[in-house]
Amino acid sequence: MELKEKILSSYVAFENDININSDIHDIRTEALQNFEKLGFPTKKLEAWKYTSLNSVLKDDYSIFPNKENTIQFADVKKYFIHDIDTYKIVFIDGKYSSFLSDTTHDGKDICLMSSALKKSKYKAVIENYFNKIAKQDNLTSLNTAFANEGAYIYIPKSVEVEKPIQIINFTTGKEEATLVQPRNLIVVEENAHVQIIERHQSLTNNTALSNVVTEIFAARNATVDYYKVQNDNVNATLVDNTYIEQQTNSEVSVHTFSFGGNITRNNLNFYQKGERINSILKGITITEGKQHVDHHTLVHHIEPNCESHQDYKGIYDERSTGVFNGKVIVEKEAQKTNAYQQNNNVLVSDKATINAKPQLEIFADDVKCSHGCTIGQLDEEALFYMQQRGIPKKEGRALLMYAFANTVLESVKIPEVKSRITKLIANKLGVNIGFDL
Amino acid sequence: MSKYTEDNLREELKTKEYEYGFYTDIESDKFEKGLNEDVVRAISKKKNEPEWMTEWRLEAFRVWEKMEEPDWANVKYPKPNFQEIAYYSAPKQKPKLNSLDEVDPDLLATFEKLGISLEEQKRLANVAVDIVMDSVSVATTFKETLAEKGIIFMPISEAIQEHPELVRKHLGTVVPTTDNFYAALNSAVFSDGSFCYIPKGVRCPMELSTYFRINEGGTGQFERTLVVADKGSYVSYLEGCTAPQRDENQLHAAVVELIALDDAEIKYSTVQNWFPGDAEGKGGVFNFVTKRGLCETNAKISWTQVETGSAVTWKYPSCILKGNNSVGEFYSIAVTNHHQQADTGTKMIHLGKNTKSTIISKGISAGKSQNSYRGLVQINSRAENARNFSQCDSLLMGNECGAHTFPYIEAKNKTAQIEHEATTSKIGEDQLFYCNQRGIDTEKAIALIVNGFSKEVLNKLPMEFAVEAQKLLEISLEGSVG
Repeated sequence: MELKEKILSSYVAFENDININSDIHDIRTEALQNFEKLGFPTKKLEAWKYTSLNSVLKDDYSIFPNKENTIQFADVKKYFIHDIDTYKIVFIDGKYSSFLSDTTHDGKDICLMSSALKKSKYKAVIENYFNKIAKQDNLTSLNTAFANEGAYIYIPKSVEVEKPIQIINFTTGKEEATLVQPRNLIVVEENAHVQIIERHQSLTNNTALSNVVTEIFAARNATVDYYKVQNDNVNATLVDNTYIEQQTNSEVSVHTFSFGGNITRNNLNFYQKGERINSILKGITITEGKQHVDHHTLVHHIEPNCESHQDYKGIYDERSTGVFNGKVIVEKEAQKTNAYQQNNNVLVSDKATINAKPQLEIFADDVKCSHGCTIGQLDEEALFYMQQRGIPKKEGRALLMYAFANTVLESVKIPEVKSRITKLIANKLGVNIGFDL
Repeated sequence: MSKYTEDNLREELKTKEYEYGFYTDIESDKFEKGLNEDVVRAISKKKNEPEWMTEWRLEAFRVWEKMEEPDWANVKYPKPNFQEIAYYSAPKQKPKLNSLDEVDPDLLATFEKLGISLEEQKRLANVAVDIVMDSVSVATTFKETLAEKGIIFMPISEAIQEHPELVRKHLGTVVPTTDNFYAALNSAVFSDGSFCYIPKGVRCPMELSTYFRINEGGTGQFERTLVVADKGSYVSYLEGCTAPQRDENQLHAAVVELIALDDAEIKYSTVQNWFPGDAEGKGGVFNFVTKRGLCETNAKISWTQVETGSAVTWKYPSCILKGNNSVGEFYSIAVTNHHQQADTGTKMIHLGKNTKSTIISKGISAGKSQNSYRGLVQINSRAENARNFSQCDSLLMGNECGAHTFPYIEAKNKTAQIEHEATTSKIGEDQLFYCNQRGIDTEKAIALIVNGFSKEVLNKLPMEFAVEAQKLLEISLEGSVG
């Protein structure tokens, strides 16, 4: 049975487990119909021109892992940022793991989507924000149709969350192939501040497909600092759909570190609904083997005096492919916009491919918009210089790559995350560099 | 149809207005509206074409029938009804005027601003000129010079008769009949166009533009141009004219193919100033053009274009850099004003080793127009050391227009070096103020700034056109100061 049919027919089973007499369920049903109409994306769609999911859609996915799987903390400790105290929301095969998590309701809500959907005290927030900015496209609709579990974070006015929040989705790989669809909702009220680290990790080499939707709302003067660590196993595919709405004076930054996984597709969408907003999108991608990483960004400037900064660095080795599709739309009213987009790529091997498509759509005249896109190699002379001074070629190359990616790395605000990423890069490049950058 | 000689030409010019490429009896040459295989056959028959040509057209037609009109471009327009077009009609005889006094004063004012000479003004405005003999002699001299060098330059319909082996060998090799909707349509029904062949090692002694200026009358609705530069040759070719062209044909779908064999160089410049529609956006020409060049080893193709006209432009002059060390260049200025829409850019396909390409695109939008750059740079896996530099700058005037860039960059080779830059800006208040302070009024100051903005491209045009194109920019943007 094809995956699409399987998913559609499993909807009835899904309905047995949840409360179907709610407004949310109408949204789900509508989304299911939308997915039924659209199906999975194909290369014929302009947005999926360079990324094909065919190879991962043919597997026989288990859609609802029936039993709750447990894992020992010691086995998965390495996937956490464990050297600092954090709130944790942990899911195992799509089910919440209270044992590994550390949530709170003390002055803020850092908890579960499933309970937020059930309890009436969250009703107002859910009604105001749930599925309000998520696009009605194919995979987001699929997620919406089965939306039930994920992280629910609500930070009230003027609250500064004292420690970062980690959202981790583990896939145990007990089944041949697992499909999970986490749904996260993050609402940050006026003057509030939050830092979030998100990670998806499969624990075996069995196939995993994650189709994630995250909606983030940043009210006036809010600050959101979001880190996506993507360093999954070779058979794990991730489609990450993130939608962010910002109000006046808010600042949201999203850092995406894509090192692992089979196919990784990041749809990152910013909608600026106020003035003097700052949006920051940064990423480092390092791939090898047959990996495929696709960054699709959209920044929609709607009001005047806003800024956006995009900086994506990519290093592609072996037969891997990279895609960067960055779109900036500046509406007629959005005068004095300052939109900046930078995408630099290095191809390390002859078989690697990069497809870049930086787009600007501008309807206002008093704006400063620029994009730069380069594809090139590491500086052979610099490498030679280092070799002359006793730095082996491999380390020399790694150093140059660090330097190349450093503009992104240096803007990471949590030191522990920064050093973790540095280690991941070292690991990925197979070097042991004994200093922090 | 008997062979057309220079004597006929002289006769022709003496007796009536010379429409280059169209000279057969006018009354009988009008087809019913609509398009089917019979019409294609009839066009071919009319042109007295050999069998292979008819077959070629029919094949294109059959492909076209199955194709759908593309809608990916960032332009909006009512889709033409292809059955409502008469696919073969000799150009309408324009009413002949006796002196410049009878010409539309607006047109004259434009000529004046462009700095076109009085004689040429008359010719362009279709005034009976008494210096026809002069012009014939000039044309003849040119023709003789070209013939001496072995350069073939003639309407493509004649070339099919006289040099079938050359045409057959090259036609459709760069833009196959199946390439796209409009290219297929053009292949099926093209009425005429130009064919140019430069033999081995010959450097064409004049800008073919000069020749054009003297000879070209009306251009057809479905033009087909084929330029072949044999090994080691050079040619500079200019199409179009800075003078405003009014045309009753709304749809134009031309195909241009350039072939630069080893060590050859082709420089192809276009100045396009078709009727853009009035200030409300009514009328205006739809310009859907497929232009592509093929570079063999060490060859170079350089496209330069100044686009100021047409209501809708859809045009991507491209280079296939097949041979090693070949070079492709694209320099473009696209100006849109009022309700004009332009979706234009280039494709650079790097196949050979050490291939280089440069793209400089300047978009200027004013009024309520939309101006898009759409380009592709593709480095294939065997294209070692390929190098590309792209720069797309947009200038916006007023807040009702839009500027868009859609660059596609695909690299499959690690030695590739690609740079792409794009900026969007407006004319700075302080720049204008600086000019005003020095006694330059705002309109002139804008012209000055726009010229500075587009200088890199203007410099690439043949001399005399550079001057006119500069003025053309000023005229196109007149009244857009807001």
